[in-house]
Amino acid sequence: MGNPMKIRASVKDGVTEVKVLMQHEMETGLRKDADGKLVPAWHITEVKAQHNGKTVLEGQFGTAVSKNPYLVFRFKGGAPGEKISVNWVDNKGDTRSDEAEIS
Amino acid sequence: MNISILKNAILVFAMASYCSIAFAEGSVPKEIAAYREMISDGNPAEFDEMRGEELWKKPGGPNKVSMEKCDLGKGTGVVKGAYAELPRYFPDTQRVQDLESRLITCMTTLQGTLESDITAKPFGGDNYKPEIESLVAYVVGQSKGVKMNVSLKHPKEKEAYEIGKRVFTYRAGPYDFACSTCHSQDNLRIRMQNLQNFSNAKDAQDSYTTWPAYRVSQGLFRSFQWRLNDCLRQQRFPEPKYASEVTIALTMYMAKNANDGVYAGPGLKR
Repeated sequence: MGNPMKIRASVKDGVTEVKVLMQHEMETGLRKDADGKLVPAWHITEVKAQHNGKTVLEGQFGTAVSKNPYLVFRFKGGAPGEKISVNWVDNKGDTRSDEAEIS
Repeated sequence: MNISILKNAILVFAMASYCSIAFAEGSVPKEIAAYREMISDGNPAEFDEMRGEELWKKPGGPNKVSMEKCDLGKGTGVVKGAYAELPRYFPDTQRVQDLESRLITCMTTLQGTLESDITAKPFGGDNYKPEIESLVAYVVGQSKGVKMNVSLKHPKEKEAYEIGKRVFTYRAGPYDFACSTCHSQDNLRIRMQNLQNFSNAKDAQDSYTTWPAYRVSQGLFRSFQWRLNDCLRQQRFPEPKYASEVTIALTMYMAKNANDGVYAGPGLKR
């Protein structure tokens, strides 16, 4: 199981802004370590965000995304107190889900 | 032929003046500020703060004692606002200490960890995160929003400040550089990076209150000792000893110059 994410969500004028900070090494598989050996690829492949069980964002991440990715997105709807959940899956099959309340 | 040369000359001149106008308006720093604003809610240093808080509160070291009895200058166990008053003189060790050297004192006296184990590899790298660095992240985060208030009341504090000032202007190394070579004039840059003028209070505040910080280009949280180490490396100075007297003195000089600035770390740097 991966490390926890930080999720902040706030609604303004009917639009909810969600800010997600994930913890992940995001190794590209192209980098070499001190011994000259390739560091195997290890990165998030899929991200999914849900609001009240309904998917509001789905994305595929790859090697071009930085370490500890930060993602901001907006969607129509949402009300204070409602839940936002974010889930990621990486190429090793590891996964992490976290939840936050809209403020 | 002549006309085309003339045209090129005009073009070059036009470009040169365009560039100087662009830089004079400070558009580059403005863009960097906008970038920082955009990612300010996504500072991965928060994860280091979380890890540091855990390390602070859980029993550790050979003695299996937590750091909660550590006195950072505002009394036993007081973390809130402690960083804004460091470095300072500590009567128990009878010397001026910055945050890192004080943490070493607590880790050795309370937890029983060997000093050499802490200072052997004090900076993070690939798959390596020293405990002291996360503790730094936690402690500095607890001073967010607190005004810098470094005192020079004790003679040893005054002495450290004076030594720091001397070191700051001490020219040496193969390039004959001092800190002040780059950091004592307004509006200087190295490539895209603005160089802070530490004799100017606003620059000193802007800089000191945003370190320690997470370096995006390195993907790591960096302590103030690391920052000084890197500055000295760029000057081609010999590598300073971790948490040595000279680095504490330099910290004292810079911290005092940043007094009255509101501490805003851990920062987020390119």
